[in-house]
Amino acid sequence: MVHDLYQETILDHSKHPRNCHELAEANRKAEGYNPLCGDKLKLYLKVNGGVVEDASFVGSGCAISTASASLMTESLKGLKQEEALKLLDRFHDLLTTDSPVTQELGKLVVFCGVRDYPARVKCATLAWHTLKSALENQQEPVTTE
Amino acid sequence: MSALTADIAAGFDVDRIREDFPVLKQTIHGKPLVYLDSAATAQKPFAVIEAIRKFHEVDCANIHRGVHELSQRSTAAYEETRAKMKRFLNARSKTELIFVRGTTEAINLVASSWGRRNVREGDEIVISAMEHHSNIVPWQLLCESAGAKLRVIPMNDRGELILEEYARMLNPRTRMVAVAHVSNSLGTINPVKEIIAMAHRVGALALVDGAQAAPHLRVDVQALDADFYALSGHKMVGPTGIGILYGKSKLLNAMPPYQGGGDMIKSVTFEKTTYNDLPYKFEAGTPNIAGGIGLGAAVDYITHIGLDRIAAYEHELLVYATGALGQVPGLRMIGTAREKAAVLSFVIEGIHPHDIGTVLDRLGIAVRTGHHCAQPVMDRFGVPATTRASLAFYNTAREIDALAAGLRKVKEIFS
Repeated sequence: MVHDLYQETILDHSKHPRNCHELAEANRKAEGYNPLCGDKLKLYLKVNGGVVEDASFVGSGCAISTASASLMTESLKGLKQEEALKLLDRFHDLLTTDSPVTQELGKLVVFCGVRDYPARVKCATLAWHTLKSALENQQEPVTTE
Repeated sequence: MSALTADIAAGFDVDRIREDFPVLKQTIHGKPLVYLDSAATAQKPFAVIEAIRKFHEVDCANIHRGVHELSQRSTAAYEETRAKMKRFLNARSKTELIFVRGTTEAINLVASSWGRRNVREGDEIVISAMEHHSNIVPWQLLCESAGAKLRVIPMNDRGELILEEYARMLNPRTRMVAVAHVSNSLGTINPVKEIIAMAHRVGALALVDGAQAAPHLRVDVQALDADFYALSGHKMVGPTGIGILYGKSKLLNAMPPYQGGGDMIKSVTFEKTTYNDLPYKFEAGTPNIAGGIGLGAAVDYITHIGLDRIAAYEHELLVYATGALGQVPGLRMIGTAREKAAVLSFVIEGIHPHDIGTVLDRLGIAVRTGHHCAQPVMDRFGVPATTRASLAFYNTAREIDALAAGLRKVKEIFS
């Protein structure tokens, strides 16, 4: 019924989020907020020589936003900053366009069902908006509105 | 269930009423629509849809202007709604009823027009902890510009206002007390008559946000002694974009206009403009004529069924739904006031309201999820958001069963 949206991987990551903790060595941090549903997220990145060496998050949100943050932090590790931003663009395309699913998205393809639930796109992109803000070192909390 | 069904059969033919609402006869994702979001907007009966269609098809003209036949017809139909609203609210005169876009505009009108003339530095405005943002922000704006203080009546864990605290708050600097008749996020029915009387004892005025009350219980502005009463047409099976501000004549007469333009004037020269009489002083520009006419049909429809019967039936549904949802493991009701309208706001441990809302939607069940434009209420109960099922007289016990079954499905998926 709703399994196109809540695929097994998404349910798994929402119930058991990975990298869900603060990160003492983080040198980039950002906060994200979705005023529509009250979801809040703090993202921690350890960036060294232009490469994301570690990533983690804390926050409260729905299954989609929690799973998205969890899978995002997994995908980021080892990526160069520009690769991370490119992945953000691919991920955004996955959710908002009919573009074919590309290989580079890896596990993130589980979010392809979100495009059929327009009201939930912001849940899936909150972590990624926050990533952009962290990489650009913005001080103000980013919101999805 | 059986007792409820028997009561329905005896006094309230809900299946017949549902025939009047075309929108209800559809399937969503292959399931019959279960519409439980009437506190956001109520569905519209044929009578309202027809009245609007007839206006556009047969009577369409601007009002208060032409001498031609169509203009006279549209003016008569529009003004007839004012007369109907006078009876509906038991106002003294129809000149006390101002057409506005909705409750939000009604409150902004009072905060802006009455507020700027009467509120000074050091004065106080009292609202309550359960207000909708539309009965918070206009007063904040006023307080900021006037240097006045905004005070908030607290509530207990049931979601009931603590009147002892309110009594202590009142003082000779209190200018206005603005409270909801019925809370949109909790369902609490506030003792507004008592709240108004207490305000009057210290010389303050009282405004009641009636958006959630008007379609569900009988409102008598004279019995309440309300100074202002605001409501929205679309919450009471009328169209969007039309609402009513009731105000006592002597107050409205003393207030400056809210907006300037056509229809609100008697004469205009570049040196001096003379304003029109009530209610037109507050109705600048061509109004939502079709909406006004639709609202008239909505009032007729509700009056024909009878507000007392509506209130009694909805109360039975509320009791039934409270019992049914109470059986869902891990569900916590937010808002358990002893006097309550048919609003069920709840959280389920470990499951976010948006996930609940999405799964229910796939089952054809429409509920509201989020903060319901009442973020301070969410903060008070320590939750970021709730799921809200809000009922109307066209809902049935079967639909409550569908909701309860849907919530069990939600639990299955997420735990």
